[in-house]
Amino acid sequence: MLRYALTRLLSLSLSLIAASIAIFAAIEVIPGDPAAYMLGLNAAPETVAALRDELGLSGSVWARYLDWASGLATGDFGISYTYRVPVADLVAQRLAVSLPLAAYALALSTAIALPVGLWAAARRGRAADLGIMAATQLGIAVPNFWFAMLLVLVFAVKLRWVSAGGFPGWEAGLGPGIKALTLPAVALALPQAAILARVMRSALIETLGQDYIRSARAKGLSRAQALRRHAFRNALIPVLTILGLQFSFLLAGAIIIENVFFLPGLGRLIFQAITQRDLIVVESVVMLLVFAVILVTFLVDLAYAAVDPRLRRR
Amino acid sequence: MILLRDLGLSLHGRAVLNGVSLEIGRGEILGLAGESGSGKSMTALAIMGLLPEGAELRGHLRLNGLDLLSLSDRQMCAIRGRDLGMIFQEPMTALNPVQRIGDQVAETLIVHGEATRAEARRAAARLLHRVGLPPERFPPTRYPHELSGGQRQRVCIAMAIALRPQLLIADEPTTALDVTTQARILDLLKGLVAETGMGLLLITHDLAVISGLADRLAVMRRGEIVEEGPAAAVLAARKHPYTRALVAASAHRPATPPPLPGPPLLEVREARRSYPAAHSGLFRRLPPHRAVDGVSFGIARGESLGLVGESGCGKSTLARAVLGLDPLQGGEIRLDGDVVRAGAAMPARLRRKMNAVFQDPYGSFNPRHRVARLIAEPFHLDGRPSDAADRIDAALEAVGLDPKDRDRFIHEFSGGQRQRIAIARALIARPDLIVLDEAVSALDVRVRAQILDLLADLRARFGLSYLFISHDLSVVRSSTERVLVMQAGRIVEEGATEKVLHNPAHAYTKALLSAAPKLKEPD
Repeated sequence: MLRYALTRLLSLSLSLIAASIAIFAAIEVIPGDPAAYMLGLNAAPETVAALRDELGLSGSVWARYLDWASGLATGDFGISYTYRVPVADLVAQRLAVSLPLAAYALALSTAIALPVGLWAAARRGRAADLGIMAATQLGIAVPNFWFAMLLVLVFAVKLRWVSAGGFPGWEAGLGPGIKALTLPAVALALPQAAILARVMRSALIETLGQDYIRSARAKGLSRAQALRRHAFRNALIPVLTILGLQFSFLLAGAIIIENVFFLPGLGRLIFQAITQRDLIVVESVVMLLVFAVILVTFLVDLAYAAVDPRLRRR
Repeated sequence: MILLRDLGLSLHGRAVLNGVSLEIGRGEILGLAGESGSGKSMTALAIMGLLPEGAELRGHLRLNGLDLLSLSDRQMCAIRGRDLGMIFQEPMTALNPVQRIGDQVAETLIVHGEATRAEARRAAARLLHRVGLPPERFPPTRYPHELSGGQRQRVCIAMAIALRPQLLIADEPTTALDVTTQARILDLLKGLVAETGMGLLLITHDLAVISGLADRLAVMRRGEIVEEGPAAAVLAARKHPYTRALVAASAHRPATPPPLPGPPLLEVREARRSYPAAHSGLFRRLPPHRAVDGVSFGIARGESLGLVGESGCGKSTLARAVLGLDPLQGGEIRLDGDVVRAGAAMPARLRRKMNAVFQDPYGSFNPRHRVARLIAEPFHLDGRPSDAADRIDAALEAVGLDPKDRDRFIHEFSGGQRQRIAIARALIARPDLIVLDEAVSALDVRVRAQILDLLADLRARFGLSYLFISHDLSVVRSSTERVLVMQAGRIVEEGATEKVLHNPAHAYTKALLSAAPKLKEPD
């Protein structure tokens, strides 16, 4: 098990290094000089050159890469071109919204999807199953921003239970913070839950056809007991895979929902940074997201091994 | 104790069982024989109340006078596992892969409320010991993947007998196991019947297994019992023509053509292959496992060479090396003078000269391709010939199928027909050598006899050589001229098949032979 974890950790580090090189190279070849962009069309070439020096844009490619990478490793992400503040602070502020939001949405979607998937699988082919499948189909088809606006109309405008958007900051306390994130989390969670419930259901149904379920029934387990005790854990592997992918998506892919609810999240930060050619912010945030994805993949790998003993010896 | 009277079953309106009447008393072993599809397994599932959806059952089914057909599924759950136990054919998949074996045995006790968790654990350890898995070598904390097929079948038996059921149903319990393991499992079942006084319904297509074990024998065909009586008497008299046909088929011997003169087609010299062992610590490895350890032999043109041994002895590893699928770590394999090397370096021209047929024909076909495309696959090696269509038809005809079958899909065929298609695919590139890896092991005796005839006929017609790998000694006896006996990666005995199997020199060969169940010829 330890060996399995260590080999995963090694491949994780190699992926990170490869990703940092790829991101740096991609930013290098993108046209558009941040210094020229910041100074406007009429800037003198000398001024632009001076600003380039100041921003650390001159020098050899390798020197700049090493400078950037070693900064990343020590938590020094550089200074934002546009905001003139350390990127690390900027990212930390946004992460304080995006991370809890993603975790909240994921918790909601798991809490909805697993029981629903189990329920549908236990009633395969019956009315309840067909109803759930139709509902999940709808959940996948409806765009989450449209659903978000619907939530705002009902719960903020009509019922006035929560405000329509904005984030008071964690300084205002845990309660108001969670309250502000609830509608966005629901809007994000429902489509994900619909996908996850379908995966759970089909994985369970496939598992239910296995020989060991028949063995369990021959021991005297009822259908429901066999489903809970034997099928569920065996069906978790594909569910974990989807969960890992969903978390990575939720972290950065919430941009539309962040816009609908005026939330200062990572998605909006990166969108603004791209439009303003704030390349150092783009680089850092993308790198951070890559790190998050790789970390989640690592955790999913560990979860696989926890679920399935056959994987522990590899 | 258990009584079936006029039991009829239809599945989605199609009749599966018809007027089946059977009776099993305490301590009695009833053998139920017949080909696949004859309704043996459906009879077992009907008794257990585990029939698939769409099943309609008629007639009487009583356990000590209790009408099982009148019970709800909930009531049946209380009886399954307590009064009725069942083990299945495929031990490799019959256990939950993510649960410890001790817990799976303990579950039988826990589900029926017979023991607390801790008591059930202790009872499970005792049961595992009883079925031949002593805790010092096979602790209950093992997972199924850490056990062999025979050991897993023992776990299944422990699960089924945990509450000392009145009836144990064993559905082809040893069909997937090799002869020595089969003999041990059958011994265990016999011992348990004598010890606990339970009844045993032993379902198998192998009459030899029944002849050594069962008190009574029922022969089933197309959902009906055609003959029933004391096992020895039924097998001796063979009154019903179907019983006669079954017995004849299991002893069937195809006519074998003589090998052709000339240099050997395949030469294997000092072949060695080992697999890296599992890690025992962070950086420590156990010594590598030597799957094939210095093996040498040759096959002449037109010769059929048998290779026998228990599962895990290295037969399949050797076959993969011969086919150029896995590299050797030492020694050399030559086919028709050319060195066989695994990997891209092996020329297509050489690959074309050999082909293989495996045990499970269904798993080796893409279910979404039609037969014509499936059997034409070897043409990828050196280009599709201009007469490909004619050759596909010819290959289908050679294996006894209709050229019109070319447009059908693989699921439309029976197991025997699928194996014929696998042989057609092996034949189409006109190879010199065909490796038959347990190619008839999954087939019923009568289908097996037909396939063995077909293989002998094809060998004579096309001058083929066979490497015939099987754990079934009767198949090797009837279909090969020479035989190699393999144990733990080495060839321990080699010689003419008749001589080796009648007068074995090596202790291991003797053990294999004595383990194999035999059907006595009537006097």
